[in-house]
Amino acid sequence: MDILMNNSVMTPLPAAKALDAYFLEARSKLLDLAGILDRIGRGDESSAAGKDPRLAKVRQGLEILQDRSGGRAERIQQLFSLSYEATWQRPAAR
Amino acid sequence: MYYLDPHIHMISRVTDDYQRMAQCGCQAVSEPAFWAGFDRGSAEGFRDYFRHLVEVEPKRAAQFGIKHYSWLCINAKEAENVKLSREVIAIIPEYLDRPNVLGIGEIGLNKNTRNEATIFQEHVDLAMKTNELILIHTPHLEDKYKGTRMIIDMLKGDRRVTPERVLIDHVEEHTVRLALDNGFWCGMTLYPTTKCTPERAVDIVEMVGPERIMANSAGDWGCGFGSGRDCRAVVNPFAMELKRRYASGFVSFTLKHTL
Repeated sequence: MDILMNNSVMTPLPAAKALDAYFLEARSKLLDLAGILDRIGRGDESSAAGKDPRLAKVRQGLEILQDRSGGRAERIQQLFSLSYEATWQRPAAR
Repeated sequence: MYYLDPHIHMISRVTDDYQRMAQCGCQAVSEPAFWAGFDRGSAEGFRDYFRHLVEVEPKRAAQFGIKHYSWLCINAKEAENVKLSREVIAIIPEYLDRPNVLGIGEIGLNKNTRNEATIFQEHVDLAMKTNELILIHTPHLEDKYKGTRMIIDMLKGDRRVTPERVLIDHVEEHTVRLALDNGFWCGMTLYPTTKCTPERAVDIVEMVGPERIMANSAGDWGCGFGSGRDCRAVVNPFAMELKRRYASGFVSFTLKHTL
């Protein structure tokens, strides 16, 4: 879909309106995450799963959510990303 | 509202989906070549696939007044097989003069391997020799950031490449600026579990602006529920989220469709 919009109208919603519009979704998604963590905790060998690096990433993600400096979505994406090495060997153009 | 979907794999959709999309206002689709759900055994298998893209799908789409365009390549997942890839690349020029073929795509990386990079570069070479547009697939999940950086390294290191003739697809919060700041077009794919939710896609447009960015539903083999492979994802949840924010009487917005 090509959506062409005037830059001037892409102003974010006022914070109070955004809170009104998305509060229940935030609540619901927190409950979903809580449910997932509880589900893992109820399962057999939950202490072993607790040492899984993926779960550590989830815990680090929760810390990012607590940080109020913005850009949380991008920082969580970076948390779950492999690192890039600028010296990788590029193929030559023919 | 009229719309077009710039990246959707209609080969994996039933004909009813064309009808549903037409009822929602879809005017045109563009379909990149991709993985068939299994690794194909020969270049001849790709010849049949390309015929399907350039002959069969346009007819299916036309039944509902939808124009169908396509992009040709061997996808990154099968590009690990360099010999097969070179055989496939050699037959692509046979189809490039078809009026509904837009260019080379979706080429890119999958697991960021050396073989994938080699075949990506050879697709770029073909596109440069034939003056074709390029549509690029970026890797999934933890491989996306690294792969996007590698793809941009190859494109920016090639003086023949004009960024405004290249679209980098499946961008998310951590890769969208890499594409835009280097002059490329970009696309966001509306797969809520593994790529973008409609809400986050609108957040991204809000943060980077509406220039050189598109939304697509991709609509591949997966089921719709949960993973979100809804052939109408562009017009249903994405457009509805735009409307929720900007047409609620608070802030007005304008939608234009370009075909």
